[in-house]
Amino acid sequence: MSTYSASEAFSSEVDSGSREENALKQKGRAPFRFHRNGKGSIAIALPQSAEEGAAFAAPPLSFPKSFLANGIGLLASLAWVLFGISCLRWEDLGDWPRTQALAVAAFAIAGGVTVATLGAKRLGRFGAGLQQRAPWLLALGLLLTLWEVATAKFAWLPLPFFPPPQAIIEVYTDDLPKLLDSVFASIKLQLGGYAIGAAVGFLTGVSIGWSRGVGYWVHPVLRFIGPLPATAWLPFAFFTFPSSWSASTFLIALATGFPVTVLTWSGVASVSNAYYDVARTLGAKPSFLVLKVAIPAALPHVFVGLFMGLGSSFAVLVVAEMIGVKAGLGWYLQWAQGWAAYANMYAALIVMSLLCSGAITLLFRTRDRLLVWQKGVVKW
Amino acid sequence: MVALAIAEPVSADLAGASLDVDEVSHAFDIDGAVLPVLDNVSFGVKPGEFVALLGPSGCGKSTLLRLVAGLEPPRSGTLREDGAPIAGPFPSRVVVFQDPTLFPWRTVWNNVALGLEAQGTLKTQRSRVDAAIDLVGLAGFRNAYPHQLSGGMAQRVALARALVNDPKILILDEPLGKLDSLTRITMQAEIASLWQRTGFTTLLVTHDVEEAVFLANRVIVFSDRPARITADIVVDRPYPRHRGDARLGELRRQLLGLLGLDATW
Repeated sequence: MSTYSASEAFSSEVDSGSREENALKQKGRAPFRFHRNGKGSIAIALPQSAEEGAAFAAPPLSFPKSFLANGIGLLASLAWVLFGISCLRWEDLGDWPRTQALAVAAFAIAGGVTVATLGAKRLGRFGAGLQQRAPWLLALGLLLTLWEVATAKFAWLPLPFFPPPQAIIEVYTDDLPKLLDSVFASIKLQLGGYAIGAAVGFLTGVSIGWSRGVGYWVHPVLRFIGPLPATAWLPFAFFTFPSSWSASTFLIALATGFPVTVLTWSGVASVSNAYYDVARTLGAKPSFLVLKVAIPAALPHVFVGLFMGLGSSFAVLVVAEMIGVKAGLGWYLQWAQGWAAYANMYAALIVMSLLCSGAITLLFRTRDRLLVWQKGVVKW
Repeated sequence: MVALAIAEPVSADLAGASLDVDEVSHAFDIDGAVLPVLDNVSFGVKPGEFVALLGPSGCGKSTLLRLVAGLEPPRSGTLREDGAPIAGPFPSRVVVFQDPTLFPWRTVWNNVALGLEAQGTLKTQRSRVDAAIDLVGLAGFRNAYPHQLSGGMAQRVALARALVNDPKILILDEPLGKLDSLTRITMQAEIASLWQRTGFTTLLVTHDVEEAVFLANRVIVFSDRPARITADIVVDRPYPRHRGDARLGELRRQLLGLLGLDATW
């Protein structure tokens, strides 16, 4: 009894944590030469005849599967060839200098996809990724072909409003400096406002969740002001603040702050009392309870708030730029529309969508890194 | 008094504290109605003693433990550790709850380090954390997160988290209640041997009669709510004990009788 051999006694429980992993390993191995017979034991099947032997040599299951993947890859490159041809086959209805360059690019992509599909094994992860996205590449090629034909060649869609792909490419090559300036202006404004809003919202949320006194005063204010769309403050903000930039920063911070506050608050309020009891019996002071118990426990909620705040702050950003600020993508959109430069508008929309999606991806990556302890979080 | 002390025989420093519960009564307010839970409970525990508190489910035993831990003050009466009144939680009295309540955002190592971190002594005493993890046999799981552990392993981490503070009184609130019976048997033996080697005073709340007589020097039996002490029985058998011991069987029967459950014996 005095010899303590806990580690041996516990070894039986040890693999429970990696059960899933083991199952995966087994699935991954599944060699086609082995199969489980009815009794559950593994038997090695030997070929009984010449045909069967041949069947083993060329694995019957994996062959058509790989052919299917390759087939879609090749179809995808065909679709891009089709896109290239659609650019060159007919005369443009308008004056777009990038049509030929676009066709060349389409052929290059088609070539690249073909090479990558055939050499997928040698390209490792990149090849595997490409194979997985082959259906998307195929759809994209077909869609671009349709777009090209429907706008530049036959104008099935009314022309100034629906520019062809080459017109958008032209914006990216010829109007790049202005577009980049707008991108940077938007990022600057968004980052500043979002950071302020997130920080203030987080601190407010923690204080309401933690202290009844703070909650008494802040809660009613939050209920009164919070649900108001931040854009409703636009007129007020633009004459109260010294510059349109500071006014917009305030509005973005407001749009971010509300969801962050509410969710941080609910996160802190929903922390189980058992955690506090444990920490207190171990000698924790109030500051420890806030910083090391309440906040980490509330973090999953905080990230939901940050995510929602990001979404509503995008909306405010664009509106603020359209109305007051003389820079940024919102302003660029407005400007392009005013000059009937519809290609510029679409180009800016695409950039904007990439930026917003990128920001959300960044937020989710940060969350995944900080909350590795959580099980089964949503993949963005 | 440092890391290695845990694994060494009892030293004078480490011996447990005495506990005095003096005419303690407690009640809860539930929707305006007063619900008495403890009714004039008095008993004393000598340093290093292992006392089991046995009683029907919901009788107020766990409330008594919360009072001993200092998580709540009693409505009346006093509790004293080594003669000094208990005014609040202190790491010399550590609780292991029925649920392991590990912090899910901390690894095993960081969970065990919680007490030292909260007391601000972690920097100089990191080796103690490792020693405590080794002691409960989870050396290979330092970096695992709680959701990767089984119930028994999680409860072991909770035990290590308590032991790393060198408690003078270890308070066990049905720590094995939710484990499967095989794991429970293993861990009962481990707790007994830990207690013998370290010498802390132990207070165990349980409603498992066999567990009480197998582990404790003394079994205090409580009535239904509001809890009053109905019996205080000494388990006069040396350690290590054997489950088949005839004397323990006799005591079990006696205790079941006190709880009104001996009809099935």
